[in-house]
Amino acid sequence: MEFQRMVDGSVSMKDSAKSEISSERTLYPYVTGTSVIGLKYKDGVILASDTAGSYGSTLRYKCVERIKQVGDHTLIGASGEISDFQEIMRYLDELILYDKMWDDGNSLGPKEVHNYLNRIMYNRRNKFNPLWNSLVLGGVKKGQKYLGTVNMIGTHYEDDHLATGFGNHLARPILRSEWREDLTFEEAVKLIEKCLLVLLYRDRSSINKFQIAKITDEGTTIYPPYALKTFWGFSHFQNPSKGAAGTW
Amino acid sequence: MVKMTDLPIKGGFSFDLCTRNQMLLEKGLQMPPFRKTGTTIVGLVFQDGVVLGADTRATEGPIVADKNCEKIHFMASNIYCCGAGTAADTEAVTDMVSSQLQLHRYATGRESRVVTALTLLKSHLFSYQGHVSAALILGGVDVTGPHLHTVYPHGSTDTLPFATMGSGSLAAMSVFESKYREGLTREEGIELVAEAICAGIFNDLGSGSNVDVCVITKGQTEYLRNYQLPNPRTYISSKGYSFVKGQTEVLSTKITPIQPKVETVGGDAMEE
Repeated sequence: MEFQRMVDGSVSMKDSAKSEISSERTLYPYVTGTSVIGLKYKDGVILASDTAGSYGSTLRYKCVERIKQVGDHTLIGASGEISDFQEIMRYLDELILYDKMWDDGNSLGPKEVHNYLNRIMYNRRNKFNPLWNSLVLGGVKKGQKYLGTVNMIGTHYEDDHLATGFGNHLARPILRSEWREDLTFEEAVKLIEKCLLVLLYRDRSSINKFQIAKITDEGTTIYPPYALKTFWGFSHFQNPSKGAAGTW
Repeated sequence: MVKMTDLPIKGGFSFDLCTRNQMLLEKGLQMPPFRKTGTTIVGLVFQDGVVLGADTRATEGPIVADKNCEKIHFMASNIYCCGAGTAADTEAVTDMVSSQLQLHRYATGRESRVVTALTLLKSHLFSYQGHVSAALILGGVDVTGPHLHTVYPHGSTDTLPFATMGSGSLAAMSVFESKYREGLTREEGIELVAEAICAGIFNDLGSGSNVDVCVITKGQTEYLRNYQLPNPRTYISSKGYSFVKGQTEVLSTKITPIQPKVETVGGDAMEE
């Protein structure tokens, strides 16, 4: 609550939280990324996403890297507001930097980073000013694979395979029936590509430019973006309204 | 005075009651909840015909109202229709069009065509401007070949090689998009449909219980009710349940005879 001097000299109280003109809380996202998929495989964890940044219904940015490395042991993939993801990366990079400055031989693993992120996200939501993201964190430390998620309201959990956004509806059913503990890297990539293709067909804000990243005990690799082959040759698509006028 | 000529009755939505409904809502009227089918329904075209599939759960909000309902409706012996949305709407609309198709068969003397059912459904739904909440997958085989269509509550239609509708449609569509090809055999088609419905049953809360399948080919239709039962009751006591006297501990007993408390105050005894 602050006092405001009006033009005619009178004083009024202004409740900043209710002010329409200057809002100090996030109301809606502007530039957004769509789903991220993550799964554990034999040697580590794989994350995948497309590289699109949509501005509402416009595909504004086609080169957005939504999967980034955090320290030596973790990969983070984000969907939702891109600017909030950049802010999260600043927090995490600062965290890792301070940890490195201790120079004590210890390094923060994925569990610790996940916990830190939890606290940030939940605290922001309690102040009604959330970081508008759904994040997937994957990593390996001392042979232990970890895959967890946290979203803008602070909900967090771990699983063998995760997805954000549309990926929950389209990719998780496939992963639930086809994921196994001992997938090799090639098999895991094939499974992820299966999910990415379904998302490409059925999610309007996805594009045919994907990035896969893997993390193992040896280290992290973020692969350059590539495209998948799509199939449109169904005979029904050739002349759909031949027998039924007025259909699409 | 000139008499107004009788205008022909116009079809379409009648807006007469809209102001009154709005007023009631503002006054705080609670509309009764619709019983929705919260569903997974699918259809696909294989080399000799079409296969339709559906789950069997009907929900009323968070409660399962019917564990084993039938969502694949009969339209004609060669045309079946799966329905998602409000259960009453899908039942009524498919029954109505089924009767209309029969009358049409009597008038023409020919087997019904899928596009006839399609046109009757879409014109009815469009005239009600989406208030008849029925999302349908219509499939059948007629003289012109196998057909599969989806019909949306507002009256638009699609002609597709494979289709899913309902709350579990994304889970089922993920199965179809990754596994469908042209020229499937009958067994492959049935298996793929069952897999897609199971994806809906296990990944969507609005769908559940069992899998119904219907295979339509030229000259033959097979309605496989409860083709798969992937949700059996697993924890039934094999000994059965018996409630023997003495099983429950009696803490105290009080017997109050009712007879003496009833007093008749004159008047006639009751007849019979």
